[in-house]
Amino acid sequence: MNKNLILYASILVFGLAAPFIFPAFKVQLSILCVLIILAVTWNIQGGEMGYNSFGNILFYGLGMYLCASVQVGMFFPLAEWTESGGEKTFVHTPTQFFQGMAAGLVVAAVVPTIVAGLIGYSILGLRGHYFAICTLGLGVAAGEISGGIEIIGAGQGFTTPPFPNVGGLEARGEFFYFCSFFALVLAFITVRAIYSTRFKLILNAIRDNEDKAEAMGIETMKYKIIGWMVSAFFCGLAGGIMGGLVGYIDSTDVAFDGREMGVFMVLMAILGGKGTLWGPVIGATVFHIFKEGFWTFFLGWQYVALGVLIVVIVIYFPEGIMGWLREKYPERFGEVVDEADRKAQVELK
Amino acid sequence: MDFMVFQYPMITIQACLDGILLGVLFALIAYGMALQWGVMNIINIAQGDLVILGGYIAYFMYLYGIHPAWGVIVSPIIMYFVGVGIYKLVINKVVDRDLFISILATFGISILFMQLMNFAFGADVVLANSGYGTTFLFDSNVVLPNSKIFSAVVSIVFAICLVIYMKKSKLGRAIRATAQNARAAKILGVDTEKVYAATFGINAALCGVAGALISITFTIHPYMGLPYTIRSFMIVIVAGLGNLPGVAMSGMGLGVFEEFADYILGTEFRIGSVFLLLVLILVYRRFKLSRKREYLK
Repeated sequence: MNKNLILYASILVFGLAAPFIFPAFKVQLSILCVLIILAVTWNIQGGEMGYNSFGNILFYGLGMYLCASVQVGMFFPLAEWTESGGEKTFVHTPTQFFQGMAAGLVVAAVVPTIVAGLIGYSILGLRGHYFAICTLGLGVAAGEISGGIEIIGAGQGFTTPPFPNVGGLEARGEFFYFCSFFALVLAFITVRAIYSTRFKLILNAIRDNEDKAEAMGIETMKYKIIGWMVSAFFCGLAGGIMGGLVGYIDSTDVAFDGREMGVFMVLMAILGGKGTLWGPVIGATVFHIFKEGFWTFFLGWQYVALGVLIVVIVIYFPEGIMGWLREKYPERFGEVVDEADRKAQVELK
Repeated sequence: MDFMVFQYPMITIQACLDGILLGVLFALIAYGMALQWGVMNIINIAQGDLVILGGYIAYFMYLYGIHPAWGVIVSPIIMYFVGVGIYKLVINKVVDRDLFISILATFGISILFMQLMNFAFGADVVLANSGYGTTFLFDSNVVLPNSKIFSAVVSIVFAICLVIYMKKSKLGRAIRATAQNARAAKILGVDTEKVYAATFGINAALCGVAGALISITFTIHPYMGLPYTIRSFMIVIVAGLGNLPGVAMSGMGLGVFEEFADYILGTEFRIGSVFLLLVLILVYRRFKLSRKREYLK
């Protein structure tokens, strides 16, 4: 326990110091934080509950649009803002910007949670691949429909309020980095707290055999919806931060980007190891480094490389990095290994 | 707007005819989907991208001065080998695994194909002009391009040929046997590995035919694949596996639905309404089954 505390404290200190140690990578580090949030919260469904969702992107995009809309709509007419496109007809003062951002992030986190609660009962009644395809449809439908709504910019996109003129580019990077880092810390603490309660055992029971879990008297639907709402909360928050960071929201390419972000979060969790606490964190970090490497070295071919990467990960590493470590060093994971038993199993294979 | 159906009967007829002709194409793609789903227990997200690839083959024949209708013959032959190639490289490793693994793996293939097509053919919307002219009905109030009629007829011919092939030929019998019980088929001497490869190849060939027809009648674009996958998935879950008349009927129904959504809601909501319809159908089925304490599986 003591060792863990030191580990967490050192990670926290490193996280706080990171933008000053690597000042050139602030934006990349913020994106990494967002990716980790998405992977860790996807893991609540995909890993622990066994519901492989492609639809968490719905909450992410929703949070993105809501945060930006609130930030603009609190002070200026929203329709005129989007109509004027990127041109700065209205300028936020620093106070307005930060007030709007704070209110926007609260809305961006709360509304997707409510949405998840409302649609949860219908969607979570589906199982297995039907759930996967249904949520995929949900994400893409949201993107297509939001691309037709005029007030949030329709096809031409939505420019989020530019960062006010305090401290320039450095301050902007630091602000968004700390936003995303605190969101990440909040998400990680929440998920860790959840995983140490009975709730996690219930989720695992649902994954292993939902019918039996129900027969044991667990109200599976209630817990499934709660799990989804926790995910939606953090996905919305991450989306809101990402919207401000990117500075421009497009319906299908940035917000409801089911083909990229929606698959990335699944992939990161699988790469790290589904159903573990640290797996998605490691997976997201490795994936982000890979991705940026592709972007730098295979410019133009990055998506081709990405497609190959997906296929390779899914076929050859379905257990992920944590799964591989577990196979290799089971003692470290607190598993009691009986040598004779292990040998017998090898022979059986 | 609400009473469009009664106020402008010609638009209604136009939308219905367009929808039915389009739906036949959807049904052809969905038949391929049902085939591989039933036989190999795989949901292929790359289905739509195979369709678009088939379309580009016909488009290239058109660019080089060959009439694109020949693409209906050439495209499936090329696509068959593409399909077998994909099977040998990727699919045979995910056949026995969880369905979600196959969804993700084919998602990867889909992204790969999308981008490769984007590189090879550019991001422009293209179509192969067949030069078939148009038919006018009802005092030229209803306009039907002949290419649409051609594509519907060709799809029906291909579907009938395939059904006969599946019923009569040796490979068709092997495929059906594997679909019923792969293990028993293996014991009785069916080389299931070959059957799987052939099934995936046939599916890709069907996609090739459909793609060639789509490039003649509509337009193709490297990123347009996913809606075709979702449409075929929807048709299959509405009709059920192995229900061929059902596939044809729900394909046409989907085509008509889309044309009406296009007229009433506007073209920008067309794809969105397709995806939303999928969600609604699944949720409807879920509530219907939950009354019997069952679930979709």
